[in-house]
Amino acid sequence: MTAPLIIFFVLAAVAVFGAVSLILQKHPIHSALSLIVVMVALAGLYLLMGAEFVAAVQIIVYGGAIMVLFVFVIMLLNAGEEERTNLSRLATYAGIPLALALAGFIAAAIARSGGYLPAPAPNGALTSTKTLSMLLFTEFVYPFELTSFLILVAILGAIVLAQREN
Amino acid sequence: MTPPGTQDILRVLPELAWCSAGVLLMLLQPFVKNRQALTFISMLGAAAGTLVTFKAAFGEGFGGLVQFDIFSLFFHWLIGLVAFLVILASDSYLERENLDAAEFYALILFATAGMGVLASAQELLTAFIGLEMSSISSYILAGYRRDSIKSSESAVKYFLLGSFATAFFLYGIALVYGATGSTNLRTLATADPSSNLVRLGLSLILVGLGFKVAAAPFHVWTPDVYEGAPTPVTALFSAGPKAATFALLLRIFATVHAATDFWFWAFWILAALTMFVGNLGALVQSNIKRLLAYSSIAHAGYILVAMAAITTAKNSDSGLDPGAAYAAVLFYLLSYSLVSVGAFTIVSDLGGQGERYVNTDDFAGLGTRQPFAAAALSVFLLSLLGLPITAGFFGKLYIFTAAIKSKLIWLAILMAINSIIGAYYYLRIIVVMYMHEYKGNVPADAPASLSPTAAMVVIVAVLATLYLGLAPNHILGIVLDPNLILSGR
Repeated sequence: MTAPLIIFFVLAAVAVFGAVSLILQKHPIHSALSLIVVMVALAGLYLLMGAEFVAAVQIIVYGGAIMVLFVFVIMLLNAGEEERTNLSRLATYAGIPLALALAGFIAAAIARSGGYLPAPAPNGALTSTKTLSMLLFTEFVYPFELTSFLILVAILGAIVLAQREN
Repeated sequence: MTPPGTQDILRVLPELAWCSAGVLLMLLQPFVKNRQALTFISMLGAAAGTLVTFKAAFGEGFGGLVQFDIFSLFFHWLIGLVAFLVILASDSYLERENLDAAEFYALILFATAGMGVLASAQELLTAFIGLEMSSISSYILAGYRRDSIKSSESAVKYFLLGSFATAFFLYGIALVYGATGSTNLRTLATADPSSNLVRLGLSLILVGLGFKVAAAPFHVWTPDVYEGAPTPVTALFSAGPKAATFALLLRIFATVHAATDFWFWAFWILAALTMFVGNLGALVQSNIKRLLAYSSIAHAGYILVAMAAITTAKNSDSGLDPGAAYAAVLFYLLSYSLVSVGAFTIVSDLGGQGERYVNTDDFAGLGTRQPFAAAALSVFLLSLLGLPITAGFFGKLYIFTAAIKSKLIWLAILMAINSIIGAYYYLRIIVVMYMHEYKGNVPADAPASLSPTAAMVVIVAVLATLYLGLAPNHILGIVLDPNLILSGR
């Protein structure tokens, strides 16, 4: 087993552990902290694939800004422990087997496709920030610009739903 | 990697117009307090997006990310028309419920732009952004009546389940990309149909899109969201996003051969389930918004029958022309959208402040109290039922014929059974309106007549329904083209 492969499995295990903990924790703040673990582990995986820029953005935006917001909101709302209802217990009993089945299904499909994914990076390596930005502003400029409208919609939504009653 | 030029912009003119109109409304919001002026500007914006299609150029744009063809043109017209009518219908609603107009209209226009992106996207990431633009605007619109608990519930449910569906869609794209190294449908056209990863990715994409068109078993959100959302918004949900998502589904399906082969049984089962869930669910509803929501699920089922028919027709040794089945889907979407917008507009206007009068019992005696509204609603219900001289008749007929031609006899039989079940609850409303007396006195705050703007929408929808039912050939002439997808003018 080569070093990158070992690092991959360690990071992947940490990410999965964080994700499972995120769902199982009863207190929202513990869930939020588990989410940070997932984000950082993912950033490590991106770095392993040679995507430094995406890894850095992942840490700065998700691990940093968005998580701070999450924690602030939880603190401000003073959210307590989750309540369990009959329906949520039912969801646990039906959900866990179904989720495991889906995971097994996906794992089997990936395993049967030859053990590796023939994922070629289009237009050469995507490693450098320069090529990435070139792609964003030439080939993918349309979805890129549309994303700005998407963000505008989100801002508009925040204003509409949060403004004071008139 | 060439920077985009004028030719690329010409292929996304409608989206540009709708987005600009949305931004304009946001800028006008602090200065223009007159609701009617805002309504007028938004209607102009919605119409502008549709009218600029005359100037739009056919063909690929942005290096294959978008494809503007007759197919996409048709959907831009449909979506623009729906947005136009919904904005007009919202005017009296916003006044009655005392809601802000500028943001409401801006969100409708942004959602419309998102649907436009979906209709011409030829690449999965672009489609994803379009889907999100339309979905996120929809979540906000669903919760626009903030003083109503039902509206908030509707928004939260739609948001949570919608995000879940989006995750499926995105995971599907990732797997397809992993297997083929591309997200462009033209490249994916030759993807290996026997590859497990491609199949898995396509299945997840189908799950994500199945949620958006409210196909069973992904329909659970529909009744609650349709019931809680402001009724003009419900009209938009039942027509716009549904049509745009079907457009994307059709395009994936028509281009990617792996999907055509693989999705047949998926469509067969989805269609059968969706029809039964929708029609049986509608039987027991007393709230008319929920009833129409279940009916909307059932109609998605009928369209899925046509999708299954396309699969068989596209199979090269069947010797069938898939063009007729494509035309059936497009015609059905057009007729259903018009009827649905019309019906929800009537429900919206007769609901009274706070949408209190939306039970079937509240419609008792409507035939004598409000002959115009009752007659128009009857036309819409008969069209949903599929009676001759209404658009619904030809819509159903074309799908039925396509199913028979593709030798999907069982599916055609199930469709006929479901149409009969549907007849019960559609006719029940008509019976209640014309043959039942209102129990007790009609409440003083119940609206005595449709507002002028709503009446205009209803008249347009009735005329269009009858026109499509009497002379379907005009529209059919446009959509009946074996090379509809990818064809130019």
